[in-house]
Amino acid sequence: MSDTLDTNEHIDEEKRDFIFIATGAVAAAGAASVAWPLVAQMGKAADTLAAGSIEIDLTKIAEGQQLKTLWRGKPVFVRHRTAKEIAEAEAVPLSDLKDPATDDSRLVANPEGKVDPKYLVMVGVCTHFGCVPVGEAGDFDGWYCPCHGSHYDTSGRIRKGPAPTNMAIPPYAFISDTVIKVG
Amino acid sequence: MSGHPSTYEPKYAATKWMDQRLPIIRMGADFMTYPSPRNLNYWYTFGAILALCLVVQIISGIILAMHYVPSIDGAFASVQRIRRDVPFGWLLQPMHAVGASMFFLAVYMHMFRGLYYGSYKAPREVLWIVGCLIYLVMMATAFLGYTLPWGQMSFWGATVITGFFGAVPIVGESLQQWLLGGYAVDNATLNRFFALHYLLPFIIAGLVGLHVWALHHVGQNNPIGVTEKTKSDTLSFHPYYTVKDAFAVAVFLLIFAFFLFYQPDALGHADNYIEADPMKTPAHIVPEWYFLPFYAILRAVPDKLAGILLMGGAIVVLFVLPWLDTSKVKSLRFRPVARGFFLIFIVMCFVLGWCGAGTPDDVALPFGSKMVDGVSVDSGLTFYRLSQIATIYYFAYFLIILPVLGLVEKPIKRPDSITQSVLGDKKHEKTA
Ligand code: FES
Repeated sequence: MSDTLDTNEHIDEEKRDFIFIATGAVAAAGAASVAWPLVAQMGKAADTLAAGSIEIDLTKIAEGQQLKTLWRGKPVFVRHRTAKEIAEAEAVPLSDLKDPATDDSRLVANPEGKVDPKYLVMVGVCTHFGCVPVGEAGDFDGWYCPCHGSHYDTSGRIRKGPAPTNMAIPPYAFISDTVIKVG
Repeated sequence: MSGHPSTYEPKYAATKWMDQRLPIIRMGADFMTYPSPRNLNYWYTFGAILALCLVVQIISGIILAMHYVPSIDGAFASVQRIRRDVPFGWLLQPMHAVGASMFFLAVYMHMFRGLYYGSYKAPREVLWIVGCLIYLVMMATAFLGYTLPWGQMSFWGATVITGFFGAVPIVGESLQQWLLGGYAVDNATLNRFFALHYLLPFIIAGLVGLHVWALHHVGQNNPIGVTEKTKSDTLSFHPYYTVKDAFAVAVFLLIFAFFLFYQPDALGHADNYIEADPMKTPAHIVPEWYFLPFYAILRAVPDKLAGILLMGGAIVVLFVLPWLDTSKVKSLRFRPVARGFFLIFIVMCFVLGWCGAGTPDDVALPFGSKMVDGVSVDSGLTFYRLSQIATIYYFAYFLIILPVLGLVEKPIKRPDSITQSVLGDKKHEKTA
């Protein structure tokens, strides 16, 4: 009598284990498939991603001037550099730089494949905590970030202060000799 | 003091009916008769003040949400409209903004009280940790809320703080953009900050429930840190401490009213009356006064990631404090050496706040002058150096001074009981 009971209990337990495991697996898969949309909704929406590119006419910027325009919610600086600024940027030895990059490597070639050192295009955001640096200021004639005192040179490279890297160069290309497309 | 026996007797048919189904009246009645140490001083009234602050913030906040427009085109104007055109908006908006400052003022008092009387020591570790969690959520709530008026400080504060996440190695940039919902602080960010700012206070309320539950489970600490032993060591919460708390609340409200009616903008920053402009950073970005010490710690090291870790560490260290302080004696009243270090600690917290408000390269303490380009300028300790000194002390207090002092300091003799400390030896002999 007791033997048969035991066997029955044994069979029941196996069934129960199976149901537990199967339910658990479905629940875990369900939870994961709900969790992902909950996390992913925080990312960039399609319209935010799409509003990505702008065109800039370089002829409108006189020598020694800087154009500031909004791209992806951030300012983009286009500076028409003076001969003196270009010379300063090119004269800096790489060993002086915290984030070494030559001035040329920070420029994009025009349709003829030549780099024109006159126009410097940068994302005008300090790489420390994201403030907008002020132009023609600081110890290196370039940009100065008022937030925590980062100094950038005339190539937008970090020279002094807490920012870790040079100001970023956005993706851009020349669509004619004088017009660039950013983004 | 756990398991304080219930003395509530429902008198009427309706209360009896209720008591059998949901004994909520009993809970309230037991709360009122809760035996509290008879020597609690005014430093212990900040708990009640904080409860009031939370209620004020939630009520004024719900009302403001009814008039606020959470969009980058409407946010700034809607807040100005609340202050100018909405009936009593001139009162309710500053009540919420000044109220946040008052909330932090009270929470700092409450925390310093806990540090001084050793309220974090066994068996109150969980009580303390829940308190630290409340403080952390309060900080998040205050930051999110400060962004909503969409002024220059709001915008750039949000940019800088969310920029912290960009410092995380490898995934930093994606993480930051995920939090912002775009490439920069923008409409998506404002919307989610508003939603979370509305949510978090209710989380705080839940945590406060846990905090009070833990408090009533282990019993309150008291200024001498000696546990209650006899009935004469305690007083019923009502009317003794309800009256004491009510008086303290009244005094606190006077201070609140002074700021609210005469200086509603004194604790804020004028730049927040300029609408947010992503193209132009204000010359000097500062957080609200209650975050200045942490801001100073952030800037005390010239490295981005290290600064953030240090600032986070300044809060994390509070969570593990119960295991850092090795002394068996709770109250600093009986630890003269530790008391001295504690006073310096408080001074250093203020110094950090001062450094946080200053410009790092400016001279804080002039020691004479030097010639630069033919003009004489002050030289001496800069805010930068001063904040380094204070930061070192801040961490040393928790990580070195408290652990070591607990082992080497000889505390002075404590009274045997609360009754003895209140009534003195003679009276005690008479009653005994
Ligand atoms: S954000 Fe530019 S120096 Fe900190």
